[in-house]
Amino acid sequence: MAGKTLFEKIWQAHVVEEVAGGPSILYIDRHLIHEVTSPQAFAGIEKRGVPLFRPDKTVATADHNVPTKNQHLPIKDPLSRSQVEALVSNCERHGVELYGLGHPYQGIVHVIGPELGITQPGMTIVCGDSHTSTHGAFGCIAFGIGTSEVEQVFSTQCILQSKPKTMRITVDGELQPGVGAKDIILHIIARLSTSGGTGYFVEFAGSAIRSLSMEGRMTVCNMSIEMGARGGMIAPDQTTFDYLQGRPFAPSGAAWQQKLDYWQTLYSDADAQFDKEVYFDAAEIEPMITYGTNPAMGVAVDKPLPAANGDQSFAKALDYMQFKPGEALLGKPVDYVFIGSCTNSRIEDLRQVAAIVKGRQKAPHVTAWIVPGSKQVEEQARQEGIDKILAEAGFELREPGCSACLAMNEDKIPAGKYCVSTSNRNFEGRQGPGARTLLASPATAAVAAITGKITDIRDFID
Amino acid sequence: MEAFRKIISKAAPLPLENIDTDQIIPARFLKATTRAGFGDNLFRDWRYDEQGNPQPDFILNKVHDAAILVAGKNFGCGSSREHAAWAIYDYGFRVVVSSFFADIFKNNALNNGLLPVQVSEAFLQELFDAIAADPEQLLEVDLEKQTIAVPGTGKSETFDINPYKKHCLLNGLDDIDFLLSKKAAIEAYERERALYGGIKQEVTP
Repeated sequence: MAGKTLFEKIWQAHVVEEVAGGPSILYIDRHLIHEVTSPQAFAGIEKRGVPLFRPDKTVATADHNVPTKNQHLPIKDPLSRSQVEALVSNCERHGVELYGLGHPYQGIVHVIGPELGITQPGMTIVCGDSHTSTHGAFGCIAFGIGTSEVEQVFSTQCILQSKPKTMRITVDGELQPGVGAKDIILHIIARLSTSGGTGYFVEFAGSAIRSLSMEGRMTVCNMSIEMGARGGMIAPDQTTFDYLQGRPFAPSGAAWQQKLDYWQTLYSDADAQFDKEVYFDAAEIEPMITYGTNPAMGVAVDKPLPAANGDQSFAKALDYMQFKPGEALLGKPVDYVFIGSCTNSRIEDLRQVAAIVKGRQKAPHVTAWIVPGSKQVEEQARQEGIDKILAEAGFELREPGCSACLAMNEDKIPAGKYCVSTSNRNFEGRQGPGARTLLASPATAAVAAITGKITDIRDFID
Repeated sequence: MEAFRKIISKAAPLPLENIDTDQIIPARFLKATTRAGFGDNLFRDWRYDEQGNPQPDFILNKVHDAAILVAGKNFGCGSSREHAAWAIYDYGFRVVVSSFFADIFKNNALNNGLLPVQVSEAFLQELFDAIAADPEQLLEVDLEKQTIAVPGTGKSETFDINPYKKHCLLNGLDDIDFLLSKKAAIEAYERERALYGGIKQEVTP
């Protein structure tokens, strides 16, 4: 009998029942919720007269819609305020643990799950947010769902899901200096396209993936959805276990050893078969940046844009960005730099930015925002003196939230302005109506803030 | 959820690829706590200029009574916001046709009585051509037979749909009713096979 993939092992352990000719009933270990995609689901179960089935497996935070300045004051925007207040009252009414504004655990849902040890290997995790794929970095089946599915999990702690196909993406070799996790995933998406992973659950493997920290692995899994994949995952190893041990909700004492014994069985067997396999050479990956209006429209920062190809969607994207086919991006002026989002707002990202900007000044015309992923990241940054380094460099360290990644709050990039952003989506208007987003790594974003233009990090560090 | 059987309607063509859910409904319009009214802001930034005036060239400002949206491949990629499906449905569409759909959008559509019809690249192009030749062209989508046809040109194609989802759509049933009927099996799973307890109370695998 052929061996099993990591995905198959976890999937099988969570199937309650297969539906004839249809999807499987999949049991969910952890349900994360936030203010934007949950209110209609709470209203739904109340209308049906059904209780929230397992509130003790549900955790809430406020992140999408919160201000990143003066969080101690009432939210100014009345619609945002009422959405956040609805989350508070829904959680109170249904007995859900809420790490809302003012709580020391508050932050972006995909940052706090891992840092609190709520996310653990072998779990099924869902959230009404497509970047739930982030948690796959711990060896979980974690994926984003719609609000009707949030209501399914509220009512039964289960979800109906068709089993996806499996893909393994292996990245072997050593990364060049200046190249990091964000460049790996932007490189992969540029090769596979925004729909190359649709219908698949992806396992990332290979020596370059193994060498990444948990923060780097989260960045890679986070953007699995940007190639259309249902989710991404990485087999847990000593790096994973070291990260988890001692976190507030990680198992401790005898329970730790028992869990560890289970977690050490979570890998794809040597003879496991995947529906698709793709290989990349880490040495070929360069610092990446996007130039268009989807995350697959990326190039190595020192390479020219593709030539015109007669494609209407390509032409529309370049027109929106006001770039010309075939031109170079290096040296183009930048107006804003945004370092944040569930992709790159963890302490390691902040440390990397601080190391680059220390003793330097941002370019006068650049507005540089750095938005930590959580209160804990913010606190850690202060303890390490990162806040002072950033302030001296002219960066504005804000309070935690999704912020300018999707511009639901007031953190918007003005129309026509260029923003080098460590977030995950460069869609038209994503960072504000008319805003022009260039996705890149924290290192590439930091160096753009200093020089005021698109810069190759390799020139800067040499 | 409303049942879906068959529809004959004009179509609104949107021949762009990778239309993401941020275009379908921008994030700044996601602040409501009910499901109603999202249709007003469907394709907001393509449909209106910065002052809120309609963009005369955008298709929804030219065709007002279509129940079928025909779009380029990889429709609905990006954010999982179900508000995208709500907005399309609330506006009045009952079918979206494309040569490829993003996973989460497809699930969200099916959970709201909005039928995603996946056709071949070639047939999609035939649809765009037929609608360009005659904007009044009617399309016929029959869920029971799993066919999409252009009576005016005689062209048609069959489409796939999960049998369980087809049954739900034809009868206006939703997944929650189904899952609630499986409570006993779910509780048995929890007793016998669950790997993890509550967030604050771990169980041993």
